[in-house]
Amino acid sequence: MKRPVFLGLFAQPPKALQIVLAALPFVLLLVAYLVASDIRLEANPNDKLLPSVGQMVDAIDRLAFQPDRRTGDYLFWQDTLSSLQRLLTGLGLSTLVALTVGVMMGAFNGLFVLGNPFLTFISMVPPLALLPILFISLGIDEVGKIALIFIGTFPIMTRDVALSVRGMPKELIIKAKTLGASDFAVVGTLLLPQIMPRLITALRLSLGAAWLFLIAAEAIASTDGLGYRIFLVRRYLAMDVIIPYVLWITLLGFLMDLLLRILLKWRYKWYQG
Amino acid sequence: MTRLLHIEDVYKSYGDKLVLDNIDLTVSQGEFCTVVGPSGCGKSTLLRLILGQEEPSEGRIEIKGQQGALPDRTRGIVYQRYTLFAHKTVLENVMLGRTLTEGQWWNPWYRNKSHVEEAMEFLRRVRLEDAAGKYPHELSGGMQQRAAIAQALIMRPPILLMDEPFGALDPDTRSDLQLYLLELWEKEKLTIFFVTHDMQEACFLGTRLLVLSQYYSDDRGMGADVKRGGKIVSDHALPKMATSTEVMNSEAFRALIEQVKKEGFDPDFRQHVKDFNLKHPDSFQTLLQSEYNAGQ
Repeated sequence: MKRPVFLGLFAQPPKALQIVLAALPFVLLLVAYLVASDIRLEANPNDKLLPSVGQMVDAIDRLAFQPDRRTGDYLFWQDTLSSLQRLLTGLGLSTLVALTVGVMMGAFNGLFVLGNPFLTFISMVPPLALLPILFISLGIDEVGKIALIFIGTFPIMTRDVALSVRGMPKELIIKAKTLGASDFAVVGTLLLPQIMPRLITALRLSLGAAWLFLIAAEAIASTDGLGYRIFLVRRYLAMDVIIPYVLWITLLGFLMDLLLRILLKWRYKWYQG
Repeated sequence: MTRLLHIEDVYKSYGDKLVLDNIDLTVSQGEFCTVVGPSGCGKSTLLRLILGQEEPSEGRIEIKGQQGALPDRTRGIVYQRYTLFAHKTVLENVMLGRTLTEGQWWNPWYRNKSHVEEAMEFLRRVRLEDAAGKYPHELSGGMQQRAAIAQALIMRPPILLMDEPFGALDPDTRSDLQLYLLELWEKEKLTIFFVTHDMQEACFLGTRLLVLSQYYSDDRGMGADVKRGGKIVSDHALPKMATSTEVMNSEAFRALIEQVKKEGFDPDFRQHVKDFNLKHPDSFQTLLQSEYNAGQ
């Protein structure tokens, strides 16, 4: 039997080719950028739109490794720290609510009937439309931004957890009851541990949304943060700062996702899905 | 022998479809009661009703004189699937009943030496002591079912319900586990209510064989508007033979299989409700006037 290498339903690319194929789009994009940047800078050395790699390295070196002339802070790290703090606080709150409220709603029909319509309603409100309300009522410092991330992510995560708990085979719950479990013991020994991998998956899926709300909140009202910096230097067309920042944000998001994936694999071997 | 399970005038319908039709049944302590019937006869439904997983549309179900209880310690259950808790090791699974009722389930570091010893003893009995530290997904189907049986037995339920527990296993493992279950039943003096669609299995295992079927006739007529559900069409007391598969080759065993096949599985053979073979001493039948009109 001969399998095709690349084309066809039964194609099976060998390991080396897999790596080449995976890298190809990245390399193409990079080459295209470098060529375009080169052509533009050739025509006009002061061009700001497509900065060279050297210009970007210079800009990041300035922001990350030299203290700011005005405040004495290392802006790049200050921005990263502030943004991560907001993101993780918001997501942490969402996760906590999803775990407690979600599991209880999923386990107890009465609570589900009580909470589900309201949660469905909340999850339909576009969080960005709430931004002005949040900033007016909670102020423009940390609380407002964290609240936006929280409101943007918790309804979907909670609903996902609640529905997953309800989707668990009833047989397991009944079995636990025949072994003498109280209702809370069923939640504590069966539903809570079994929902953890699902919760991690829900968290992974919410990362993208959380970053979106974070950048939006920082763009509108902030004094530091990755999103703030991008929108600040936009006024000077400082693409040499914006592009590395975008890459950095992407990398942070990727690393968080990777970390959660590793946790899932390492801690929850029994979970397949 | 005490009356452990008592079912009287039980009906179960889903919407328009009548699944169980006036079921009467009493099961005594120590009985190994097997239920067999064609698909759609309602045997699994009957088990779910006894378990308390579902409610009968009409009628009474009593466990030790207690009526209509939700699932609790009075009934143990072994399903065909979803048998073990995937996030716990085999030992933790078997111990779970003890931890839940006498231990501290909320404490992840809780270990009780006597619970561990008891669970290990049960694992030895199901020949799984080497797999104690493994997770369910690391076990074969047969091993999982053995662990599930140990998990249910550690709580010594007054009645053990089994819903096609060996249905997903290969023939060798299956007959292995059948013999093994008989051994356990004899040693532990269990009361078992065992549902299967396999006639051989039902005839081999039980001390009492119930045939549940929708193929019968009664005085309600054969019109399309008459809704008819599964009934117990025969109730055999089986001699408890030596625990060996040899018996399956005997003439008597083959005759029994033929009889069960005819009584329960043949759509063209319809006994009248008054002619059902209900010779088991615990058997009883309450018919409605419409089902059997004696004065006609």
